[in-house]
Amino acid sequence: MNAQMVALEGGFPDPVFDAQATFRAVMNAMAELGTRQPVHATATPPAPLSPTAGALALTLCDQDTCIWLEASLTSEAVIAWLRYQTGATIVDNPAQAQFAFVADASSMPRLDAFAEGSQDYPDRSTTLVLIVDALDSGEPLLLEGPGIERRSSLAPTALPGDFRSQWRDNGVRFPRGVDLVFAARHEIACLPRTTRILEPAEA
Amino acid sequence: MYVAVKGGEAAIRNAHRLLADRRRGDPAVPALHPSQIVEQLALGVDRVMAEGALYDRDLAGLALMQARGDMIEAIFLVRAYRTTLPRFGYSLPVDTGAMQIERRISATFKDLPGGQVLGPTFDYTHRLLEPELAEGGEPPAPERREVAAEASPRVTDLLGHDGLIEPDGNGDGEVTDITRTPMEFPLPRDGRLQALARGDEGFLLALAYSTQRGYARSHPFVGEIRIGEVEIELDVPELPFPAPLGRVRLTECQMVNQFKGSAKAPPQFTRGYGLVFGQSERKAMAMALCDRALRAGEFGEDIVAPAQDEEFVISHSDNVQATGFVEHLKLPHYVDFQAELDLVRRMRAEQQEATDIKEAAE
Amino acid sequence: MILPPASPDSSERQRLMGVLARAPRAAIETVLATFGPLPPHREMRKPETGLVTLRGRIGGGGDAFNMGEATVTRASVRLETGEVGHAYALGRDATKARLAALIDAAFQNPSLHDSVIAAVFEPLLQAEAEGERRKTEETAATKVDFFTMVRGED
Repeated sequence: MNAQMVALEGGFPDPVFDAQATFRAVMNAMAELGTRQPVHATATPPAPLSPTAGALALTLCDQDTCIWLEASLTSEAVIAWLRYQTGATIVDNPAQAQFAFVADASSMPRLDAFAEGSQDYPDRSTTLVLIVDALDSGEPLLLEGPGIERRSSLAPTALPGDFRSQWRDNGVRFPRGVDLVFAARHEIACLPRTTRILEPAEA
Repeated sequence: MYVAVKGGEAAIRNAHRLLADRRRGDPAVPALHPSQIVEQLALGVDRVMAEGALYDRDLAGLALMQARGDMIEAIFLVRAYRTTLPRFGYSLPVDTGAMQIERRISATFKDLPGGQVLGPTFDYTHRLLEPELAEGGEPPAPERREVAAEASPRVTDLLGHDGLIEPDGNGDGEVTDITRTPMEFPLPRDGRLQALARGDEGFLLALAYSTQRGYARSHPFVGEIRIGEVEIELDVPELPFPAPLGRVRLTECQMVNQFKGSAKAPPQFTRGYGLVFGQSERKAMAMALCDRALRAGEFGEDIVAPAQDEEFVISHSDNVQATGFVEHLKLPHYVDFQAELDLVRRMRAEQQEATDIKEAAE
Repeated sequence: MILPPASPDSSERQRLMGVLARAPRAAIETVLATFGPLPPHREMRKPETGLVTLRGRIGGGGDAFNMGEATVTRASVRLETGEVGHAYALGRDATKARLAALIDAAFQNPSLHDSVIAAVFEPLLQAEAEGERRKTEETAATKVDFFTMVRGED
């Protein structure tokens, strides 16, 4: 099947309700930090864009959105699918993107390469969607911050090696900074800029 | 401090039910259908589309009916509806030079290619009421005249060549969109035109009038007014060519203004531009006059009049915003007012006390 | 670009889509009645209504600016034989969008192409041309013929 045919298939079977259910999952994951929220909506994008990441793209991106794609996602099929299904613009510069999709975290730029928003409009920043295998089998991260009563934890797989220090730097820029969504199989979790990852010594 | 007050549910429910009844009016009079409004009150529908900033004749007709003919309420309804829809994109810029002309006049040049075409105008009517309209009956069919195809190029294109009229300028940079990004003054001209296109006709008309009466003298001529339909096209990823969407009716006004020249520019005619949804000649003219007045800074003219004050004009041209802020005053302000009442009582008491002391001293 | 480059057929297809976008739904239904049974198909993108921001140019030919929005409805269908048709049209008519997408798909099918041209495209084009001619002639009757009043002997 050529890229055009791939592009036309694999959207939400029920666009309104599927997008609503996925949005609710993102909202809950951003509110109840450290929790894993199920995503059941069935999008079937071309690999390596995962079904969960595809559902997030269909829910969060539209005509007014700029998307940046990490190198392994820049296939003709993925780009065509995102453009047809969401109407979004694909950009080369991560600092211009409202959303960034990453399948291979080892080849992504540093977090400070993405849009951090401004002091007046910190919302004009990039939200990164990291496609991961699982949320509970990577290195455990102990979390603290608004929305977490005491502490919570996540263990997403395949983070960049110096993720802890990058995240610390991201927190220093507050209110500017980026937010992360981890997209695993059928579930997501979030790491907004307000959440602090505890150092091993603090744990 | 805000104090929530509950109550009035039954009154509100009954008020809305009463509204529906009063909207219907005397049941002995046949009920309207929105299609009658669309067809027979077409210019009212056009105004709702223009100021609602949404081209959809049927929706505007329905809104006018629901609003009992209250224009601003209908515009509000249309604006509220448009917020519920996803956006597919931005059209290619329309080519008004290729418009299917329904009316086209120039006050500056008598003989021009395509000619002066009056179209369905109120001009030259005697403004005498026609009681026979109330009696029903069909009007005679319009006269027809066979024509050879003749292009009607824009007047400003015809006269631009010798440099006496300011050129259009070109460049396809970033286009401002005041519906997506909060307005920050000074606005670029494209952002001002977007605001003026949806601005209140009455407000813009009054400002335009003020420029003629000497508040920002601009010495304008109507270079051209044209009304007609233009094609809309949209680039979409799934088609190898722009998708044709159909046609919309627009009114375009090219106003030309004498300009004495400045250090930077020779004496020439400068221009103000108006482009409005539907058949909306008055609005297009007012928009063009306001556009020109707001370019004062660009031409090094003194900014002395309200129509030249960008922040004043643009911030107050949107009638949905204006009505929202004015009409919110009728919502309960019981607590605010109670506080002010106490304050006034206290001030009076203090004043009285001061007077008493003074009198006692004398 | 996700598409094959524009082929010679593209301009005809674009004209067909234009006529379909401008035609009232009733006119499309009328010509489809003479087209015969509709080919088996399924909806790829259900009819969906949204906004397109309309752009003008400053002064008519200068920089673009946004003049307001319009409602637009779009749909995509796929024939069992594989052809994919798209439709975009001003307004909120879901049925019209679905039918137009179906006609666009049939246009691309070699065995249906000619009957789409004969039974749908040409009749719609002709009806449109007649309406336009009437409007043009009615408008032309309001064109001012200037004549000069000559005063004096010479």
